[in-house]
Amino acid sequence: MLLISNGRLLDPASGTDAPRDILLDGDRIAGVAPRGELAARAKGAEIFDAANFVVAPGFIDLHCHLREPGGESSETIESGTRAAARGGFTAVCPMPNTRPVNDNASVTRAILERAGAVSSVRVWPIGAASQGSKGEALSEIAAMKQAGIVAVSDDGRPIANAKLLRQVMDYCRALDLPVIDHCEDSSLFAGAVMREGKQSVRLGLRGMPAATESLAVARDVQVGELTNCRLHIAHLSARASLDLVRAAKAKGLAVTCEVTPHHFTLTDEDVQYDTRYKMNPPLASPEDRDALIAGLADGTVDAIATDHAPHEPALKDVEFDRAPFGVTGFETALALGLELEQAGKISLLRLVELFTSGPARVLGMKRRVAENEPGDLTIFSTSHPWTFHAQESASKSRNSPFDGRSFCGAPMATIVAGRIAYRR
Amino acid sequence: MSHRFGHMLGIEPLSAEEIVFLLDQAKLFQEIQRHPLKKLATLRGKTVALAFFEASTRTRISFATAASRLGADQMNLQAESSSLKKGESLLDTIRTLDAMKPDCIVMRHNSSGAADFVARHLAVPVINAGDGTHEHPTQALLDALTIRDRRGTLENLNVTILGDILHSRVARSNMHLLSKFGCRFTLCGPAMWVPREIESLGSAGASIRRVTRIAEALDGADVVLTLRVQQERLHEPALPLEEYILQYQLTPERLLLARPAALVLHPGPMVRGLEIDPAVADGPQSCVLEQVTNGLAVRMALLFLLIGSGADTPPEKDSSHAPD
Repeated sequence: MLLISNGRLLDPASGTDAPRDILLDGDRIAGVAPRGELAARAKGAEIFDAANFVVAPGFIDLHCHLREPGGESSETIESGTRAAARGGFTAVCPMPNTRPVNDNASVTRAILERAGAVSSVRVWPIGAASQGSKGEALSEIAAMKQAGIVAVSDDGRPIANAKLLRQVMDYCRALDLPVIDHCEDSSLFAGAVMREGKQSVRLGLRGMPAATESLAVARDVQVGELTNCRLHIAHLSARASLDLVRAAKAKGLAVTCEVTPHHFTLTDEDVQYDTRYKMNPPLASPEDRDALIAGLADGTVDAIATDHAPHEPALKDVEFDRAPFGVTGFETALALGLELEQAGKISLLRLVELFTSGPARVLGMKRRVAENEPGDLTIFSTSHPWTFHAQESASKSRNSPFDGRSFCGAPMATIVAGRIAYRR
Repeated sequence: MSHRFGHMLGIEPLSAEEIVFLLDQAKLFQEIQRHPLKKLATLRGKTVALAFFEASTRTRISFATAASRLGADQMNLQAESSSLKKGESLLDTIRTLDAMKPDCIVMRHNSSGAADFVARHLAVPVINAGDGTHEHPTQALLDALTIRDRRGTLENLNVTILGDILHSRVARSNMHLLSKFGCRFTLCGPAMWVPREIESLGSAGASIRRVTRIAEALDGADVVLTLRVQQERLHEPALPLEEYILQYQLTPERLLLARPAALVLHPGPMVRGLEIDPAVADGPQSCVLEQVTNGLAVRMALLFLLIGSGADTPPEKDSSHAPD
């Protein structure tokens, strides 16, 4: 047994913001009660003193890359989930663009077996929508669902062919799986390395306009309406895309979206020639970044997802044009979210929702702190001062634009299935 | 003073005073180009590495000649991305070169920011001889020297740039440089090559306007910079050349719309009959060959300032002709 005492419970599902003790027994929550009331039941339990800390449902990351199998020099399930636990995440959803691609049940099972042996947190794989994520033919989605995938996506690539997207969505509607699309019009993308704008022109780097994303979002929303399948827009980065999602939601369509911490924190003006600022979709204009923050606050955005994309130094230490897209994100996500809260742009309860019940809803799950629920909790401080040093990261990679950034607030403990997976 | 510039990666971070200083230094080296014996011993014992990862004839020869005339030895790396084809990274290639202990690396690369990237990893001074579509600082300096020689000033000129401005590092470096002296820019070319965002280039408050009609662009110009149509740099469907010639070729008739004695500059290589009419290229307003000669002076001055022994001025002419 584990008693989390003296904490401030923030549970978006019930709107709770109150002092509560939480008792965990086995892998479940055994009780939630005002301070001291669980003392009798908690005899002999390990006690975690959460005084001055927030206790939240376990954080879920809808979007990450653990690189295993095939990319173990950049990350493994072991190192990646250790970084996730340090970031307060109790469950992470690795994208299928591994080598081999997670497009069949045997790869899904191999990932889950490996996770069972070495993972610090829950691993909920996302299966490829098409074979090899090549965008040509449907993958073995039903078999992967039986094996344990929670969604499908060809992330890293868009599902370019509208007819294939329709087939995937028709099929996933029947399987009750969300389809997550990396929205990008390839003809506008055309070899770009950052967002098109003043900064791309100044640096002489090839830029892609925001419409590269929003054109694809517009198409996806319409195919979603056609098929009545749940659609989730990955790493949304443009105001125009957000407006499309807002309009779709107003129509009652099953459209959700996520935003990454780097997109709500940085802008294209931060890009020099440092490849740690290169990711896809690229950093947006300041106007679009402000729109994303507004979307996080007003409920248009459903989840904060990291798109944790580790690349070993040798891959990133090259000319900007040649560097792969992607930045790490697990360990800085909450602290960057707290920066928004500290700037008065978002409430703490809403921030917690974006890490918990929001992503759970995208996956068709519930996330709340109540008796008999899974024993997953994230305990964090809103004031703990610290500095992120990429060299000290649990990730095998160092490609973070936030290396050296100082924060107020950090995960203090990550509890997965009733056990402390990470303690600061 | 000799290391005040550290690296020479671009014009953008330089002040007007630093540019004037560089041009004044170049002025001293200009005279040497007219001298029957052109070789100095100023950089004797120094080594200049020329690392050209992108095809270049004139810039490479200009730097090599500048180094020779200063008495420096040279290392030549003409990778043209061949090392990349063999799988070696730029960083490994450049570190190998650096291990041979050059005093300076002159570098050209087709990726914007490549010189900046290399400079972050090396202590040795790096001179950017052109990086992608970003900057070509020595070209802008030699253009400025040419303009200053002919006009007596760089201040407050009307400068018209014709052609593919989006993909031109020459245009960017020139805009950075001349905007520091209050020049006003008119950019003219096919609309997809002159994007709106280019108006934000140059120093704060720089006057930059875009026009699509060449007659309007040339009206009142003191300097006309004609860019090469870089077909190999285009990612998108190229404009038919006939369309370009029809709309944007600098012809004698069109040049009459500019101010009398307006200067015509071209960074080369020049394609006669495409971006420029031969009569203009060879006409009295053309500065094309002066630009080439001034390139030597600018590059000698820069090498001298970056790796010279610490003197602020070039050695006296007498001592400069020591046997080598």
